[in-house]
Amino acid sequence: MTARAMESDRQEAINVATQWQLMWWRFRKHRLAMTSLVIVILIYLVALLAEFLAPFTPDEFQADYTYAPPQRLHLFLETENGLRFQPWVHGYKVEIEEEALRRVFVPDEEVIHEIGFFVSGVPITLFGFLETDRHLVGPKDPEAPMFLFGADKLGRDMLTRMIYGTRISMSIGLVGVALSLILGILLGGLSGFLGGHVDNIIQRVIEFIRSVPTIPLWMGLAAALPTDWPPLRIYFGITVILSFIGWTELARVIRGRFLALRTEDFVVAAHLDGVGQMRIILHHMVPSFLSHIIAALTLAIPNMILAETSLSFLGLGLRPPIVSWGVLLQEAQNIRTVATAPWLFSTGGAVFIAILALNFVGDGLRDAADPYAR
Amino acid sequence: MPADAFRRFSTRQGGVLWAPPCPRTMIRYILRRLLIMIPTLFGISIIAFIIIQLPPGDYLTTVIAQLSASGDLVEEDVIASLKAQYGLDRPMHVQYLKWISNILLRGDFGTSFEWDVAVGELIWSRLGLTVTLSVATLLFTWAVAFPVGIYAAVRQYSWGDYLFTGIGFVGLAIPNFLLALVLMYVAFKYFNQSVGGLFSPDFVEAPWTWARVQDMLGHLWVPMIILGTAGTAGLIRIMRANLLDELRKPYVKTARAKGLSELRLLLKYPVRVALNPFVSTIGLTLPILISGSAIVSVVLSLPTSGPLLLRALIAQDMYLAGSFILMLGIITVLGTLLSDLLLAWLDPRIRFDD
Repeated sequence: MTARAMESDRQEAINVATQWQLMWWRFRKHRLAMTSLVIVILIYLVALLAEFLAPFTPDEFQADYTYAPPQRLHLFLETENGLRFQPWVHGYKVEIEEEALRRVFVPDEEVIHEIGFFVSGVPITLFGFLETDRHLVGPKDPEAPMFLFGADKLGRDMLTRMIYGTRISMSIGLVGVALSLILGILLGGLSGFLGGHVDNIIQRVIEFIRSVPTIPLWMGLAAALPTDWPPLRIYFGITVILSFIGWTELARVIRGRFLALRTEDFVVAAHLDGVGQMRIILHHMVPSFLSHIIAALTLAIPNMILAETSLSFLGLGLRPPIVSWGVLLQEAQNIRTVATAPWLFSTGGAVFIAILALNFVGDGLRDAADPYAR
Repeated sequence: MPADAFRRFSTRQGGVLWAPPCPRTMIRYILRRLLIMIPTLFGISIIAFIIIQLPPGDYLTTVIAQLSASGDLVEEDVIASLKAQYGLDRPMHVQYLKWISNILLRGDFGTSFEWDVAVGELIWSRLGLTVTLSVATLLFTWAVAFPVGIYAAVRQYSWGDYLFTGIGFVGLAIPNFLLALVLMYVAFKYFNQSVGGLFSPDFVEAPWTWARVQDMLGHLWVPMIILGTAGTAGLIRIMRANLLDELRKPYVKTARAKGLSELRLLLKYPVRVALNPFVSTIGLTLPILISGSAIVSVVLSLPTSGPLLLRALIAQDMYLAGSFILMLGIITVLGTLLSDLLLAWLDPRIRFDD
């Protein structure tokens, strides 16, 4: 096939491609966004399979190993038959530091704890119905210490807690954005579609909400949640508070799209053909700006996650026994704690990667949402 | 945008890019903006009041709970007299009216339950430091974003551009408080220094002198960098994108063909046009800075409004918390107003929009 024929084939494909195909093609070219998409999917998989992926359960503790530092993971074990793939870690032994007179853990070079795959541990329930006691990785001897990311003040495994925290933190982004979307579509849509006084009032309200400094407002609202609420209700309360401010940005985007589309030829034509308003909105207008909304939504998720993390960090958001990234970071609030146990920071790495990846995906989607641009 | 730029450059002769707007329209615009501010401020005061009323119970409940926990029995009539003393037994709207009229007429923000002093005594110095920190951060953001943005646009796709873009994304993704923690840890671990606070121990209680100001400036840069990173990153990206758009325009080519030196060519028009977002984003940046400083201050234990607000909220010290939220809201609104006025003064097109 000649180059020209290939070119015309390509042109043909572009001409008949659906909007989603065009968007996907454009998105695929954005290498950073593609990589980030994979990372985001992986993170959500971790959130979904937390029980299975985590070596322990978040409340399981080994009181002998409070603030145990992270162990170095060795992948190959030397045996008589040479090197064999068998992950293992050293055990701990306790030494007393001369100056500060405090206990420190050092790796015990003589003890080797083998790490196995699909080992049995504490029974768990996957997806709410699948009962098993298998964990993806874990020490073969259930009593052996395995703290790849270190242990916290009660001797709980940081890695496990981080994996469980992923579920709460990543889902709060989704739930919060879903709530903001409902408010944003409703109010932004009304504002853009009806125009006039309604538009004016809704715009003033949005301007007002945006002029109030967010974090003091969040702090005030979050502090108002009763302390005796059960964890689930607190979780829901926090999402509502976060979306209370988050919807304004989405409403602005949606209103803008509505205003821009209202005078487009195809909408006017539908009007003249006597198509009902609801049908015009749902069948003609929404599909043409859905991609923009999705991009805006993706960019809103990281903000939600950051907000939750910040609030929980201050002690105003989620509280233990809920395990979220913010709750975990709260333990690293004190500089003295951090100086002795810097591994408590590791959750910060998870926050960082998740936010960065979501931002890149959102950026890529925003660029891709307009396949005809340039 | 191209049409705008065309109008800008074709209608003005002799290279005069900007002339002061007519005072009459300017005054009318200012008055309009001031009028809009009134309902906004009223709304903020109501929100602040609602927030402090939201938690179940009030400050007395907290006190009584503490007393009972320590084994003291609190008698009914003592509670009643305390309630009356603080005005907590009145209906909500009466409490609001009393609160707001005292503020408006007498500048009296009420008494802090926890500290047992007038709220006014507690908040002013902290609010002042919050504003100082926010403004300093804003200036820092500009000082960095301006040259770096220009550099990134002129040397697009150079390693420097990639470096700054990379730093920018990192800056956007690290939560402020985490950056503060990491910085504190690094300073503590490797330099054996504490970076918290805004003053050295000698100056914490000292009256304002030149030495104290200098001492503060020595401490201010840490929170300034922490707070400013995200904003700087965003502004660099905007500056870069705008300048790139400008640099592709035909007038740049024309100027180059005429033999204008690169520096002059760059600074004469493209940079000026690309500068608009610096001013137009103040309105957005200021609330973010004031918000963000609340958390960073808690981590770094700065004597700004954040830590005291947090404590007041937790202790249900309602007049203190409410006054903070009210004043932070007012500062934000005033900042937005100033930026809008500045923008209207710089860019005459803005006023024709409304």
